[in-house]
Amino acid sequence: MLPVAYYIGLSAILFTLGALGVLIRRNSIVIFMSVELMLNSANLAFIAFARAYGVMGGQIFVFFIMTVAAAEVAVGLALIVTIFRSKQSIDVDQMNSLKG
Amino acid sequence: MTINLILFVILGLTAVATALGMLFSRNAVYAALFLILNFCTVAVFYLLLDAPFIALTQVTVYAGAIMVLFLFVIMLLGAEQTGRTPTTWWMQRTPIFLGAVLLVETIAIIYNQRDKLPAVAPPSATFGTPAGVGEILFNQYLLPFEVTSILLLVAMIGAIVLSKPKA
Repeated sequence: MLPVAYYIGLSAILFTLGALGVLIRRNSIVIFMSVELMLNSANLAFIAFARAYGVMGGQIFVFFIMTVAAAEVAVGLALIVTIFRSKQSIDVDQMNSLKG
Repeated sequence: MTINLILFVILGLTAVATALGMLFSRNAVYAALFLILNFCTVAVFYLLLDAPFIALTQVTVYAGAIMVLFLFVIMLLGAEQTGRTPTTWWMQRTPIFLGAVLLVETIAIIYNQRDKLPAVAPPSATFGTPAGVGEILFNQYLLPFEVTSILLLVAMIGAIVLSKPKA
């Protein structure tokens, strides 16, 4: 196996791209997908460290992160659908009032 | 060793390219498809890191279930083209500057701490296999596993309540 630093570096690059996506895109679904990319890069770091230390705990943690991500996507997409129903748009610039 | 390195470089470039493709594609459906490709590439990384169970979970749960949900909502709302990039110059430049700062910081930290990173230990025979994962999951992590079911139940109720039309 390659040194663990390679995998952590790749994970850092993917995390940065995800953070960039949250900052520059205005489509809330694409912003949400960028959040998924960041979660995924964190998972990659977990798996790399689990392999390097030879401990299974990291893989179990990734399993739980995937569960949380699935729950988060279900609720988040329901929120986006509700916002679209009242605003007819999912542009984040349009979401500027608490009560729609 | 060199074959591993070549494989890592090719897969890493694919992962970064698909992430960039997701970032800059105008159509949200293309962005979702790029993200699916990215998740599949990361699943191959998991295979390289001796985590076959997590790799297949990644393909079925992430690239399968979650991204199908995304594509379904994009097509349901007809929101493929909405969401232009910001027009004022500082809204374009500031995120790129902040992203560059974040990347340089993390790479510098990894470079400085590279001696403290663990040396790679040879894995045990059941490392990462479904049997090994199951054994730890149902012995050491049984309570978190059960709490997960409550989390999924709450998410399900929340999604139903939120998407219910106002009576």
